[in-house]
Amino acid sequence: MLGKTAGGLFWMFRYLERAENTARLVDAGLRIALTRSSSEEDEWASIVATSGVRGAYLARHKAFDAERVVDFLLRDRSNPSSVLSTMEGTRTNARLVRTALTREVWEATNVGWMTLRDVLAEPPASRDLPRILDTIRQQTALVRGTMNGTMLRNDIYDFARIGTYLERADNTARILDVKYYVLLPSAAQIGSSLDNVQWETILRCVSAQRAYHWLNQGDVNPQTIADFLILDRRMPRSLAFCYDRIFDNLKHLSEEYEQEYESLSVAAQTRTNLKGQRIETIFDSGLHEFIERFVDKNNALGHQIERDFRFYE
Amino acid sequence: MDAARFFDEMLGEGDTARGPYEDYKAWFDGEENARLLQRSADAEAIFRRTGITFNVYGDEDAAERLIPFDIIPRILSDREWTRLSRGIEQRVRAINAFLHDIYHRQEILRAGRIPARLIDQNEAFLPEMVGATPPANVYTHIVGVDIVRTGEDDFFVLEDNARTPSGVSYMLENRETMLQMFPELFARQKVRPVGDYPKHLRRSLAACAPSCAAGRPVVAVLTPGIHNSAYFEHSFLADQMGAELVEGHDLRVVDGRVAMRTTRGYQPIDVLYRRVDDAFLDPLTFRPDSVIGVSGIMDVYRAGRITIANAPGTGIADDKAIYSYMPEIVEFYTGEQAILKNVPTWRCSEPDSLAYVLEHLAELVVKEVHGSGGYGMLVGPAASRKELAAFSAKLGANPANYIAQPTLALSTVPILKRAGLAPRHVDLRPFVLMSPNKIYITPGGLTRVALKKGSLVVNSSQGGGTKDTWVLEE
Repeated sequence: MLGKTAGGLFWMFRYLERAENTARLVDAGLRIALTRSSSEEDEWASIVATSGVRGAYLARHKAFDAERVVDFLLRDRSNPSSVLSTMEGTRTNARLVRTALTREVWEATNVGWMTLRDVLAEPPASRDLPRILDTIRQQTALVRGTMNGTMLRNDIYDFARIGTYLERADNTARILDVKYYVLLPSAAQIGSSLDNVQWETILRCVSAQRAYHWLNQGDVNPQTIADFLILDRRMPRSLAFCYDRIFDNLKHLSEEYEQEYESLSVAAQTRTNLKGQRIETIFDSGLHEFIERFVDKNNALGHQIERDFRFYE
Repeated sequence: MDAARFFDEMLGEGDTARGPYEDYKAWFDGEENARLLQRSADAEAIFRRTGITFNVYGDEDAAERLIPFDIIPRILSDREWTRLSRGIEQRVRAINAFLHDIYHRQEILRAGRIPARLIDQNEAFLPEMVGATPPANVYTHIVGVDIVRTGEDDFFVLEDNARTPSGVSYMLENRETMLQMFPELFARQKVRPVGDYPKHLRRSLAACAPSCAAGRPVVAVLTPGIHNSAYFEHSFLADQMGAELVEGHDLRVVDGRVAMRTTRGYQPIDVLYRRVDDAFLDPLTFRPDSVIGVSGIMDVYRAGRITIANAPGTGIADDKAIYSYMPEIVEFYTGEQAILKNVPTWRCSEPDSLAYVLEHLAELVVKEVHGSGGYGMLVGPAASRKELAAFSAKLGANPANYIAQPTLALSTVPILKRAGLAPRHVDLRPFVLMSPNKIYITPGGLTRVALKKGSLVVNSSQGGGTKDTWVLEE
C-alpha cells in the first residue's frame, strides 16, 4: 500500500470520528443550557475548550453564547474541527484513497458529506438542532457501518481503525482535561445539584450516561466516572479500550509487514500503563498530570505512526 | 442552419425508426414519458451518489459538476461498427508507425510526404525521444478517436487523441447505469458489452512492460491529484484495474527504477499509465517548475526500465496540423487507402488557405493547432459579427496557430425532454488499446451530445452531455 494511502485512511477516519465527537459536544452543551444553570456562558466556554478550538473561537467571537458556539462548532469552516470542516476532511481523504475503499464506504461518505452540507447550509434554528444532530450521528454511523460490513480485514482496515481510536482517545482525554476539577474530591460538594449536572455532562459527552447508570445502579460519584472513562475496558470510548484496539491493529500490521515498529512499542507502553492501573493511584498522583501526560503520549504516537509507515516524504 | 438538413440516427430522414433503432423505438413508444423522466432523475441521483463528477477550473462554487447523462441510447448496427472498427484499427497502426518513424529515420519526411517544418518546429515534437524506442515498441497504448457522422455511410475522423484521451469512465458508468435502470432493454436485444475495458486495459498495459519486469508487472496510474478535472476517472480506472493511484510526490528514482513510496518502503513500477502532460512529466527534462512529475523518470525511460503510457512525444501525432496529412500517413505506412475519411482541412499557415479562411470565416470552424476541450475555437455560423471580427484579427496575427474546417452537418440522436424526443448533435469517441500482439477497440465508446438546441459543440466543458452507446450483435 502507498504510504500516502495509509495516511489518507488514517486521517479520513480521524476526521469522521471528530465530526461525531463535535456533534456530541454540541448535544451536551444544549442539554446544560436546558438546566438553566447560572453558569451557561462558562459551560459553552468549556465545550469550546474541549473541542480544542478555544483560540480559533476567540479570534472570531468575544462571548460564549449558545448561538455563536453552536454555529462555530457545526458550520464554521474557519474552525478545523467543525462538523462541516471535518466532514469535508473525511470526504477529501476518501477521494484520495478511493481505490482502497469499497463502493459502499465511498458512497456512504459521499452521501454523508452531501447531506450534511445541505442540512448545515444555513444557520440552524434552535428547534431544528435535535434533528440535525441526529442526522450527523446517522450519517457518520453509516460510514462506520459500511466499513464494518464490506471491508477486508487487512492493512487498509488497520490504518482506518488506528485513526478512529487515536482520535477517540484524544477526545475522551480532552473532556477529562477540561473537566478534571469537577471530579476532584477537594472541589466536590457531594450531592450538590451543580456537581450532578457536571457529572452528567461528562457522561453525555461520551454517550455513556446510560451505560454508566446501568453498571452502577444510580450511584454517581466522580471516582467511578473517572474509572469508567479511563480504565474500563468494556466502555468503547475509554482510554483503555481505545489503546487495546490501537495496540491490536498495530500488532496486526507488524505481523503482516513482518517488522517491529517503534509505534507498536510506544502503544504497548501506554496500554500497559492503563492496564495495571488503579483509579485511586491516578487520583493520588494527580488526575490532571495523568491526563496531560496521556494527551502528549497520544500525540507522539500519532507522529511515530506517520514516520513508521511513511505517510509523507 | 435548418434542422431538416441533418441526418437523424434514430429516424433517418423520415419519421420511422432506422434499422438499428427499430426495436428500441417500439419499446420507447410503449413507455410513458413521465416514467422515463423519473428514470432520468434517478440516473442523476446515482451519478451524484457515486461522485462521478468533473472539476471545472476557475469555477469555485461548482467545483465538482456532473456531466449530464441522457437516457436515450445511441445505437449502431454490427455492420456499421465493423466498418468503423476496421478504419480505426488501420488508423491507430499508422499513427504508431508514424511515431516510430518520426523519432527514428524520418522516412516520411525524406519521401517528402509531409513538410519537415511541421515536425521540427512543432512544440509537440520531443527531441528527447529521438532514437529512443519504448518497451514493446508501442507509442500509443490508449487512443480515443473522435468520429462524427453526417449521413447513412458518411463517417469522418475529427481528431486522433493520442496523448491521454479521457472519458472512458463515463462510457463505463453510463452502461452500468442503463443496466440498472432498464434491465428489460438488455434482455430484448443483444448489446455488445463494454464493462471489461479495465481488464483489457490492465492486460494491454502489462503486455507492454519493460524486460526488467519480474513476474506480474506492477502497473500504476499517475494523476496530477484530486483537484484535476479528470480525477474521478483516474481513481476509477486505478480501482477497476487493481493498480495503485500515484502522484508525483509518491514516486522517485531508486536504483535506476521509478519506485513508489509504500508503507514498507520503495517498490519499483513497471508500467506507468500517466494522466499528466509531457511537459510536466519530468522537471529535470521538461518544465523545471513541475511539481506533479518525477525527477529523472526520462533517464529511466530511455534506459528501457519503465513503460510510460502513452509514450512521451505522442502529441505530435494528434496535432491538428499533422491531422490534415493523416490520409497520406495512413497510405505511407499501411500501403492502403484510409478507410475513414478526414474532414477537409485548411492549414492557415499556407497563404492561399488563409485567404480563403478569412473570406469564409462565417461558414467555417476554426481551431487552435494545439487546442483541446473546445476552448479557443470559433464556430463561424454561430458567431456574432463582433466575434468574427475579433477572431479575424487573432487569426491574421498568428495564422500558423490555426486550422479551419467546414461546419459539418453532424448527425443527431434524440434526447429526452419534458415534451418528448428532441434531436441533438452527437459525436463518438471509441477507445483503442494497443499492445504488441493485439488491438482492442471498445464496442461503441463514449457518445457526447450537445444539449443546447442547434449547438455543434459537444465538449463537457462547454455544456455537453453523454449517452450510452450500443453496438448491436448480429
